[in-house]
Amino acid sequence: MIPSKVRRHLVQNEHLIFEQSSPGKKGYQLPALDVPEVDSVAALGAGNVRAAIEDFPEVSEVEVIRHFTRLSTWNYAIDLGMYPLGSCTMKYNPRINEAVARIEGLAWAHPYQPESLSQGAMEVTERLEQALLEITGLDAITLQPAAGAHGELTGILLVRAFLEAQGSPRKRILTPDSAHGTNPATAGIAGYEVRNIRSNDQGMIDLEELARAVDSDVAALMVTNPNTLGVFEENIVKAADILHAKGAMVYMDGANMNALVGIARPGDFGIDVMHLNLHKTFSTPHGGGGPGGGPVAVRKHLEPFLPVPRLRRLNDALTWDYDRPQSIGKVKAFYGNFGVLVRALAYIYAHGGPGLRNATVDAVLNANYLRHRLRPYFDLPYDRPNMHEVVFSDDRQAAKGVRTGDMAKRLIDYGFHPYTVSFPLIVHGALMIEPTETESKRELDQFVEAMIAIASEVDDEPQTVLTAPHMTRTTKVDEVTAARKPIVRWRPA
Amino acid sequence: MNYPEKYRYTKEHEWVALEDGIATIGITHHAQSELGDIVYVDLPKPGASVEKGKTFGSVESVKAVSDIYAPVGGEVTEANDLLATKPEKLNEDPHGAAWLIRVRASNPEEFPHLMDAAEYQTYVGAES
Repeated sequence: MIPSKVRRHLVQNEHLIFEQSSPGKKGYQLPALDVPEVDSVAALGAGNVRAAIEDFPEVSEVEVIRHFTRLSTWNYAIDLGMYPLGSCTMKYNPRINEAVARIEGLAWAHPYQPESLSQGAMEVTERLEQALLEITGLDAITLQPAAGAHGELTGILLVRAFLEAQGSPRKRILTPDSAHGTNPATAGIAGYEVRNIRSNDQGMIDLEELARAVDSDVAALMVTNPNTLGVFEENIVKAADILHAKGAMVYMDGANMNALVGIARPGDFGIDVMHLNLHKTFSTPHGGGGPGGGPVAVRKHLEPFLPVPRLRRLNDALTWDYDRPQSIGKVKAFYGNFGVLVRALAYIYAHGGPGLRNATVDAVLNANYLRHRLRPYFDLPYDRPNMHEVVFSDDRQAAKGVRTGDMAKRLIDYGFHPYTVSFPLIVHGALMIEPTETESKRELDQFVEAMIAIASEVDDEPQTVLTAPHMTRTTKVDEVTAARKPIVRWRPA
Repeated sequence: MNYPEKYRYTKEHEWVALEDGIATIGITHHAQSELGDIVYVDLPKPGASVEKGKTFGSVESVKAVSDIYAPVGGEVTEANDLLATKPEKLNEDPHGAAWLIRVRASNPEEFPHLMDAAEYQTYVGAES
């Protein structure tokens, strides 16, 4: 069966660019030199000059253009259809962000321009700081960190610096068993032991277990809210009280802020320090390893420790303040990935307060719609209203020998990117689905039809699902051999 | 699955066998089955010390990287070289040839406090 959303289509095959090389071919021609030629060996020394670059591809301009254009058509992209990975990985990037980021004065600003010539760019960062503080309800913010995990490390180093100033950095960080893997990794890199807190049967932090775990050795709890099950931690205020009573802090992983913007402010529910993912919630491009943006917002007591420089308004002009004796230092060159900051501010201003709130409401509505439509077909281990994402388990399908990863591969045949598989870890065989606010009911219904069709294939013809994808230009790749015997670069035959 | 009677087991799915004060440590059949195809095993070198309940290495499958916790503490006398080149052995023979490390147990009395085969089987039955 060929589902309605897709159809077979000619896909151009393509060799590697190295394999298309013809020795001596050039994509340019240069006029004769009108200045005396310099002997590069004499000028630079023989050790700094090479006659040829080994295996460098020699191709014409049109060959380069066709090569990369063909490769680009092999991708599934957010501009082609829904990504059920959601804001966690990639939500739609409105084109207004790109238009604004290309404004000449912003696109060509140089970080070494004097402050007097950078006031506009600095005002962009100032306005973004203000907007993000209003959204988080916290007191101070740095835009420097370049990504989420980088923000986490910055945040935990702030906690550490504050506690050290009080006399002892303490020993331990607590993380719920539903945490993102980066949370315990961050704590470890920052020199802390990690202790796992079990979730209760509703998928939330178990307050009794938390109370038992918190003592004067605990520096902080790292919590994601809503958590990775898409469940809002209803007891977050009580949890924060437990930590604060022992002089410990609460770090919030802001990866799931798409469910809160304009509705709830972490500063109002007991959070001391958190990061935001501009490349998730605030719709700046994501993937390919960045660049991203992981601003860290804090309560007042952590402000003296924020990275240098801090943006200050002095006699009506903006300036960078490096005189910060308690600062943890720099965490990134200059003041973060400026192009990302511009896009995030464009997104915030294009929406305005009510628009951001609407986006949040739609994101939550879409995820609840999917939960409601799919629950007859897939097991729902935590069956309660969710926020921006919903987590099913493959228990019913696993009984037929089909696992979450197999169904995700089959979803490709139906014209959708796979959902998140096998995470969070506390759900056995998880299917995590986050549609985000941008998807229409029509797109969601097509997704639902695809998932229902796959569920019925699991019952009637499981082999079709196990051997998927069938419609793509390559079949299922051998992940095991690729991991055991990796070939990481091309070499000439 | 047959879980050897002479081994003891942990909630984190390691097994341990004790002979003349030397503890041989591995992961269980249930653990390898949950992890799926194992592609890399990271183990400590002989001479390193491991602490009961603390992580001493990790197992990487196509799905995830999982820490391995020491069921008993002591000094590592041997790490299983086989796994450096043939990590798939851990899927094939987790209770035998694909043991992970051998440790001179600093406190052999810890051994009887771990789960026996029947208790472990009940435990994984309840978990899955």
